[in-house]
Formats: sequence, structure tokens, C-alpha cells
Amino acid sequence: MIPSRRQFIRTGLAGSLLLSLSGWLNAAGARRLSVAEREMLGALCNAMLEGMLPTDPVQRHRLVALTVDGIAVEIAGLSLAAQKEVGELFGLLVLAPARLMLAGVGQPWHAASVAEVSEFLQSWRASRLSLLQTAYGALHDLTFGAWYARPDTWEAIGYPGPPKGYF
Amino acid sequence: MFDPIRAGLASGWKHIDASTLARGQTLEFDVVIVGTGAGGGVTADILSDAGLRVVLVEEGPLRSSSDFKMREANAYPELYQESASRKTADKAINILQGRCVGGSTTVNWTSSFRTPAEVFEFWQRQFGLRQLSAESMSSWFAVMEHKLWVRPWDTPPNPNNQVLVTGSEKLAIPVGVIKRNVKGCWNLGYCGMGCPTNAKQSMLLTTIPAALNRGATLYTRLRAERLRFDGSRVSALDCMALQPDGIHPAGRRVQLRARHFVIAGGAIGSPALLLRSGVPDPYRLLGKRTFLHPVVISSALMPERIDAYAGAPQSIYSDHFLHQAPIDGPLGFKIETPPLHPVLFSTTLQGFGEAHARLMREFTQANALLALLRDGFHPESRGGQVRLGNDGLPVLDYPLGDVIWEATRRALLAMAEIQFSAGARWVSPAHETAPGYASWAEARKGISELPLKPFVCRVVSAHVMGGCGMADGPQRGVVDHRGRHFWLANLSVHDGSLFPTSLGVNPQLSIYGLVARNASLLAAELSGKPNPVIP
Ligand SMILES: Cc1cc2nc3c(=O)[nH]c(=O)nc-3n(C[C@H](O)[C@H](O)[C@H](O)COP(=O)(O)OP(=O)(O)OC[C@H]3O[C@@H](n4cnc5c(N)ncnc54)[C@H](O)[C@@H]3O)c2cc1C
Ligand code: SF4
Repeated sequence: MIPSRRQFIRTGLAGSLLLSLSGWLNAAGARRLSVAEREMLGALCNAMLEGMLPTDPVQRHRLVALTVDGIAVEIAGLSLAAQKEVGELFGLLVLAPARLMLAGVGQPWHAASVAEVSEFLQSWRASRLSLLQTAYGALHDLTFGAWYARPDTWEAIGYPGPPKGYF
Repeated sequence: MFDPIRAGLASGWKHIDASTLARGQTLEFDVVIVGTGAGGGVTADILSDAGLRVVLVEEGPLRSSSDFKMREANAYPELYQESASRKTADKAINILQGRCVGGSTTVNWTSSFRTPAEVFEFWQRQFGLRQLSAESMSSWFAVMEHKLWVRPWDTPPNPNNQVLVTGSEKLAIPVGVIKRNVKGCWNLGYCGMGCPTNAKQSMLLTTIPAALNRGATLYTRLRAERLRFDGSRVSALDCMALQPDGIHPAGRRVQLRARHFVIAGGAIGSPALLLRSGVPDPYRLLGKRTFLHPVVISSALMPERIDAYAGAPQSIYSDHFLHQAPIDGPLGFKIETPPLHPVLFSTTLQGFGEAHARLMREFTQANALLALLRDGFHPESRGGQVRLGNDGLPVLDYPLGDVIWEATRRALLAMAEIQFSAGARWVSPAHETAPGYASWAEARKGISELPLKPFVCRVVSAHVMGGCGMADGPQRGVVDHRGRHFWLANLSVHDGSLFPTSLGVNPQLSIYGLVARNASLLAAELSGKPNPVIP
């Protein structure tokens, strides 16, 4: 799986595939997060936030779901053009062929391991294709933005929150 | 906490939230001002003081101290363009700009510097702006410094800024204390989320209330769409009401007619409005030479608590590296210190998973320095270009070329050396492949070899300038030294987009001073009163 992804990307076709698929997805119009997208984002959060998420599966699941909700809120605050781009990226990532070829993740998202998803994230982060690098950047910023926006994440980093009192 | 904006509204200020309009409107004023930031605020104050009937058009909401909760989760979507995630077209540069009444001044960090003399000299040489010099402008700066309480900040710097002092002193690098436009500042450190104590003397608290007290009209959630013009005169501005989310159109239109039109939507919004309107631009200069002071960042972990979220955010600077070469030589840079809050810090920090978590757990000991690169002077530093996307909204291209990366490397080295001199135990540029360094020797070697290119090296900006540059003629500028458009007689530009280069200093005071001058000249002309006594 991994070698084929590398080859695929090296051919330089990945970008044009991304674009053409995106064009097709565009036609779908305005969108909310689908179940498939939530699963995909959940898998990404599990890997991005490894080290911050608790190990207890019930707790972890709850916090991942909250973070995915946070991502949806963040997206709604982007410009319409950026919302469309993010929508295209998500729409692409939930398609099994794209998940396989572009992300190199063999399992469906809900079954993918943290190690597997981390490897995908790292490969996009280090990619020579700017399209994949920027997609990684968007996923990075959305995930950490949603996570650290929540006061319950602050204790772990020692941030006391804004001063309280006379405001 | 007394909220002067809510009190003003209660006293009958004319504020119309366009998202609530039931039907379209057509109205007439003396002057239409687009944007309520540094340029729009000062203009509204001066023109209303001359007895002119002004209307302000702002696409963001009206928010005030009662709304400022010091939380990133609320502040970014409410107060910033694109929820603080505006980017260049290639996504390589993240751009912070305000989008609310007061514009970027509502969320800025209060650092106040006059335009340096060498910048005026460059403009005189390259753009023929002989009317503008440090001497001729000094009274205008003084007026605005007085009005906005610009004073040296004599409270000791917070530990985050102290790192810059300690490290620089060890290296014999001179530093200075930044002046701030604050009155009774509580030293909280949340200027970027709107000042909850009304200490920051932003446009929201000064010029705009002054204009509203004189009967000016303020529209919010109203986007200036297009100027209508006939021959050499603008006749009207067509505006589009936005929904309460500030993103989707609400379907209602407002047309504003006036004798004069002042554009102050900031250095992305203003050129975009003029481009959408199709104003004459025979030399194709509109939107070009957009400058950003591209910022590169160096993070450090200190042995002690820094709490970089607390205390006045920027209070110390060093201009040492602006003066190592001629102004048009290899790019110089100014070093300052940004405040760190969880969302801004975690999204700027490279990496993910356990590596990211490890650094975040040390958040309270983190320091960051930033270097703002002085773009626009070196012949190869021609900045970016604002153009229109398919939806008519602005897109900024800003190619990051060799001159930027050469300066970036020097800046990352300089900042790492300062941080290690101040006792840092670990330093890393905001860069995807920098492993982080435990000593200056390691950092020097590592940073010298670091690949520097878009996406891999984080670049951000909070200082958008240019795009409607001033010059002595239409062959090299969009407007003249007074901000008057070369082709449309009753059109002026009054904001950061006027600058023909960047500045090498944080821009707010440069905008306040220049716009105070130009708005005063305009007020005299429109009201038939004599020119201001200040030269
Ligand atoms: C986080 C941050 C920190 C900063 N810190 C400092 C600092 O410490 N010192 C300093 O000197 N400078 C600082 N700056 C920069 C400084 O605030 C800006 O350079 C300055 O405010 C720019 O003034 P302006 O009038 O050009 O635009 P702005 O102040 O940005 O105002 C433009 C306004 O126009 C509105 N607008 C745009 N297009 C339209 C349209 N089509 N219709 C209606 N309205 C429109 C926008 O919503 C905005 O409110 C900072 C900026 C930021 C974002
Ligand atoms: S540091 Fe001062 S100016 Fe900034 S938010 Fe706090 S009180 Fe306001």
C-alpha cells in the first residue's frame, strides 16, 4: 500500500486527480459534515492529538467527538471559498480510492490505527506536492484550533485561562 | 466595567446593523467612508469635526468591552477576517487582520512607532513624495500620539519580552522600549482579543465614538461592493448587507451617494473594492506592491516560567538588524515578541501527535521571538498582488523569493542566538523539519543548513500594506501624497494601502499620522475652511 502511494504521488498525478475529483464534488454544493467525514476526522484527531488524548477509550471517544464538533464550527467561520476547499478535501478523503492512493490508509477510517494515520499525516507534511502540504496544514490548524479552543484542554498545558474577576 | 460603546448606543448613536435591514435603502451624505480601522476611524473623526455628514461602512460587527471575553474561540471568528485564518492564495502565509468596528486596531497589540526618516527619504527618491518627510509629518504624529495616549510603557516587560532584553544585552545588541497607545492598562495581555478594560486607545474607543457623538452614521455587516462612477467622478457606492454570520449575503442592498468617497478597507479590502469597481488603472498598478512585513518565528523553552499569555504583549524591540545594510540592500528585520495563547501557539507550532503534545505541555515556559522582514525596498522585493477571486472577493498572491529566504535565515539565526543567550534550554524555528536545538552551536549549524521554502518554514503577517501606493504621478502610483486618486477626482484612499513600500515598523501610527494630515486637507477642501495650520 505504502509503496504504491509513493509511486502514485511521484507520478505527479495526485494533484490533477485531486483537482478533478474536487471539481466533481463541487457540484454537490453547500455541505455539513457527513457521518463518513466525522469518522475520517475522528481518525485524524486520534493521531494529531496523540499525547493529549486520554487512553481510556470512552473518554477518548468523547473528546474526539467534541473536537470534531469544534472543527465543524471553525469551518463555518471561514470564507466561503475556504469552506469550499475544505469541503473538497474532506469529500475526497472519505472516498475509499483516495484514502488508499493518496493517504495510503488501507483500513476504513474508523478502523485505522493511530500509527497508520500518523504515517499518512507525516507523508503529506513532508510531501513535495504543495497541494498535499497545504492540506496537511489545514488539517493541523483545524484540529489544534478546535482542541485548544476548549477550556478543558488548558489544564494539561498549565494555562490558567484568562484572568477572572471584574470583567 | 463601564462600556462606552453600549452607553453611546443607548444615548442614540446612529448605528445600523445591516443584517437586520428589512429592505434595501438609498441614502445621501457628504462623505462615505469604507472601513472603520486605523484609516477610516481617523477620517471619520476629522471630517465630522469639520461639520461634514459622514457615513461609515463596515463589514464586521460592532463589538465592545462587554463582548471581549479574552477567549480565542470567540475572538477570532467575531473580530478577525476569516476567523484569523486568512491566507495568501498559495496558503504559505497566514494573515491576521481585524474585521469589526475599529478594524485591526481593535485587536492589535498597541505598539506605536513613527514612520522612520529613512523610509520617507526612500519614498522621496523612488516615488517623488517630496511633501512627506519626518519633519513635515512630525506634528501630525504628535497630534495623534497625544490623542491616542501613545506613551513609553514604563511597567517592567513581561518575562516573554524580558527574554529579548536579557539575550540582547549579553550580545551587546541594543533594544528599546515600545510606546503603547493605552490609558490605564491593566497589563493583562489580551489585546489581540479586544481589550476588556477599555485601556487600549483603539479607533473603537476614540475616533469612532467622537464621530458618532457628532451624528455620524455607522453601518455594520455591510460590505462595500462597487463604486459607480461617471467620467471622472464617483457618484455612489453599492453595498451588500451580510447575514449575522458576516459571511453569507443577506440579500439586501444599500446605495450610498455622496460628494466624496474615502476608501479605508485595509490593504487587501481597499484595492479589492477598487478592482471590483473597475476604476481607471491604465498603468496596471492597482493591487500591486502589497507588502506584509513577512514574519518568521523562533520558539524557545526557558528554564523558568514565562507565561507568555500574560502582560503587555509587545513592549521591547530591537532594530539592530534593520541597520546592518543600506535600506535597499539585503532585507533588514525588526525583532519583537508575540504574545502566546493556546490556539495561536498550538496552530503555529510544527508537528503533531506526541511531539506536539510534549512541547505544548511546556507552554508556560515557552517564549517566542518574531522577526518582521522589511519588504519593498530591495529591488527584488516587489511584494504581492491583490486580485479578485471568482466570487469577487480578494485573493493575495505573495511569492516568497530568494531575498526573503536569505533574510529569513539571518533572522532565525539571530533570534536563536538571543534566546540561547537569555538562557533558553531549547530553541526551534517555526519550521516543519527543524528538529529543535539544545545549544547555540547546534542551532547555528542546524539553521544554516535548514531548507527554507514555502509551507516548510512558517510565515505569518499582521501588517498588510500597499496596493494603492502613493506617488507623484500615475505612472508609478495609484494615488498622490494626499491619498487622492489620480483619475477619479472625488475618491481618496486613507489606510495602510497607501504605502509604496513596507515601513520596517508596526504600521498603526504611520497610518494615523498620514491620514490625520490627509483627512484635514480634505476637510478643508470640502467644508471651504482654511487648510490646517500644521504644514
Ligand atoms: C493581531 C494584530 C496585531 C497588530 N499589532 C500591531 C501593533 O502592535 N502596532 C501596530 O502599529 N500595528 C499593529 N497591527 C497592524 C495595525 O493594526 C494595522 O496595520 C492597521 O490597523 C491597518 O489600518 P487600516 O485602516 O489599513 O485597516 P484596518 O484597521 O484593518 O481596517 C480595515 C477595516 O475595513 C473593513 N473592510 C474591509 N473591506 C471592506 C468592505 N469591502 N466593506 C466594508 N468594510 C470593509 C474591515 O472589516 C476592517 O474593519 C496589528 C494587526 C493585527 C491584526
Ligand atoms: S494589556 Fe492593557 S491594553 Fe492590552 S488588553 Fe490588557 S488591559 Fe487592554
